[in-house]
Amino acid sequence: MLRFIVRRLLQAIPTLLILSLLVFVWLRLLPGGPAGALLGDKATPEKIEALNKVLGLDQPLVIQYFKFLGRILTGDFGSSLISGEPVMTEIGRALPATIELSMAALLFAVVLGIPLGYLAASYRGRFLDNATVIGTLVGVAVPVFFLGILLKKVFAQDLALFPPSGRQDVTIDPTHVTNFAVLDGILTQEWDASADALWHLVLPAIALGTIPLAVIVRITRASVLDVLNEDFVRTANAKGLQATIVRRRHVLRNAMLPVSTTIGLQTGLLLGGAVLTERVFVWGGLGSLLAQGIERRDYPRLQALLLLAAVVYVLVNLLVDISYAIIDPRVRTS
Amino acid sequence: MALLEVRDLRVVFQRRGTEPFSAVDGVSFDVNPGQTVGLVGESGCGKSVTSLAIMGLLPARGNKVTGSVKFEGTDLLTLSNREMRDRRGRDLGMVFQDPLSSLNPVIPIGLQVTEVLERHRDMPRKKAMVEAAELLDKVGIPDPTRRLSEYPHQLSGGMRQRALIAIALACRPRLLIADEPTTALDVTIQAQILALLKELVQDTGTALIMITHDLGVVAGLCDEVNVLYGGRVVERAERHQLFAEPRHPYTHGLLASIPRLDAARGEKLVPIKGSVADNIPWDSACAFAPRCPNALDVCRQVTPALEDEDRRSLRCHNPVLPGTPAAQEVPA
Repeated sequence: MLRFIVRRLLQAIPTLLILSLLVFVWLRLLPGGPAGALLGDKATPEKIEALNKVLGLDQPLVIQYFKFLGRILTGDFGSSLISGEPVMTEIGRALPATIELSMAALLFAVVLGIPLGYLAASYRGRFLDNATVIGTLVGVAVPVFFLGILLKKVFAQDLALFPPSGRQDVTIDPTHVTNFAVLDGILTQEWDASADALWHLVLPAIALGTIPLAVIVRITRASVLDVLNEDFVRTANAKGLQATIVRRRHVLRNAMLPVSTTIGLQTGLLLGGAVLTERVFVWGGLGSLLAQGIERRDYPRLQALLLLAAVVYVLVNLLVDISYAIIDPRVRTS
Repeated sequence: MALLEVRDLRVVFQRRGTEPFSAVDGVSFDVNPGQTVGLVGESGCGKSVTSLAIMGLLPARGNKVTGSVKFEGTDLLTLSNREMRDRRGRDLGMVFQDPLSSLNPVIPIGLQVTEVLERHRDMPRKKAMVEAAELLDKVGIPDPTRRLSEYPHQLSGGMRQRALIAIALACRPRLLIADEPTTALDVTIQAQILALLKELVQDTGTALIMITHDLGVVAGLCDEVNVLYGGRVVERAERHQLFAEPRHPYTHGLLASIPRLDAARGEKLVPIKGSVADNIPWDSACAFAPRCPNALDVCRQVTPALEDEDRRSLRCHNPVLPGTPAAQEVPA
């Protein structure tokens, strides 16, 4: 198992190298440049050229790329062209908010999605199943930002059940430890801070988690239906095993294989949705950094963010592969 | 008293928007304790559905089962799901056709054996593991203790079927149903598995229902044989009698279509013409009539009844005369 993990980690290195090149080239293909964006109305060709020289953007792209590569290997992603702060400091500050939101959304999707998918499969063709299938179709189709605005309007403004924006109420003065608001509250035993953070999480998590939820429900349903038809489920029933054991040990375990892949893919996609959700709920995570960075062509910040996304994606896929190997012995031995 | 009395068993499949289809159409037979009974017929004759109906393993919806299946006097068809779960694996065991797909690919063999021991014999896991190794040993799996932690894909086809037999017999059921247990195996392994089954049922006194399309299997194993056609028993006889003197044209055709080593050179195999698709409903005819070399006008007008004669039951208007050698029958 350890060899399997090490091998998969080594395989991730060329993937990340190629991605770094793509990110670098793609950003420089965008029209306009940081100098023009920084200077705004006052931009003249001479001023832009001078600023490019200061920023090192006048050098050939190949040299820029290898310099960039050399720096990131030492963990230096440069400083933001907007704030002047080191990019890693900016990201470090915003990342916990995004991770917290993503985890909450994923938790919502998985904890609700797998049982719902299983239930739909068990009641195949009946009302519950049909309702689920239609519901998930709607769930997949609704854009994240639209659902976010809708939730905010109904549950935050009209019904006033949940806070409309932010991560914590301004009246709360929490102690920051990890910058994960819920976790900090638990660590410092400031329970009201944790509860308030959770309260703020509900709507954004639902907005962000709805698409993954719908996808997970559909995949679980299809996968369970497949497995229910398998001969070994008939064998398990022929043994007279209790229905719960047949379900858990024989059906669910096999049905989880495609579901774990789906969860991985959806986790990767969450980042994109998080940007939009954060915008709607004024969350202050990576989303605002990214949006601002794109507007102002902040190369260092964008490079770091895109590479971060790539690393997350690769890691999530590694986790999926590991979970596969845990569930399925045939993967382990081959 | 018979161990199992199947009376007028009917299984009708009914899906929305389709005509109801009788897969099993009034099947009756007995199995005595320790007896081996064969259910023989080609694909689609209802033999597997009969076994699944006895086990209560048909899908919960889309079918209707009527008649009675009395096991030691209790009608299994009247039991609740829960009561049936208590009996399956304990009183009734079953071995299926494809040993690879019949074992759970992601669970070690050991657990697949012990779970049935834990369920019906209240054994703790540790004790069950010891017992499981003994069971695997008994069905001829070498190095059983190591095998317990292996997965189905690490075993050969024959080993897998042995493991399934061990699972089915783990709680010493009084009835074992084997549904084409050798069909998916290599020919060389088939004989081993049959010999194993024969030995085990003899040793333990387990009654066996052997479901097969292979008359060779029947010849080596069964005390009594039920030949099924179109969801009904068309001929029932003791094994020697059936092979020596098949009376129903279908049975006769089945025997005639077996290649024989002692046949004269150049002698052709005689297939039964047509296929199950040619069946006509039993309602007012013999379902086999369109394929039958002996068919008379009456066969297409009147449903033949299953009539008992001297130690044989036969459903035919115009049976093959005693003494007709199987190979002489040449259909058009």
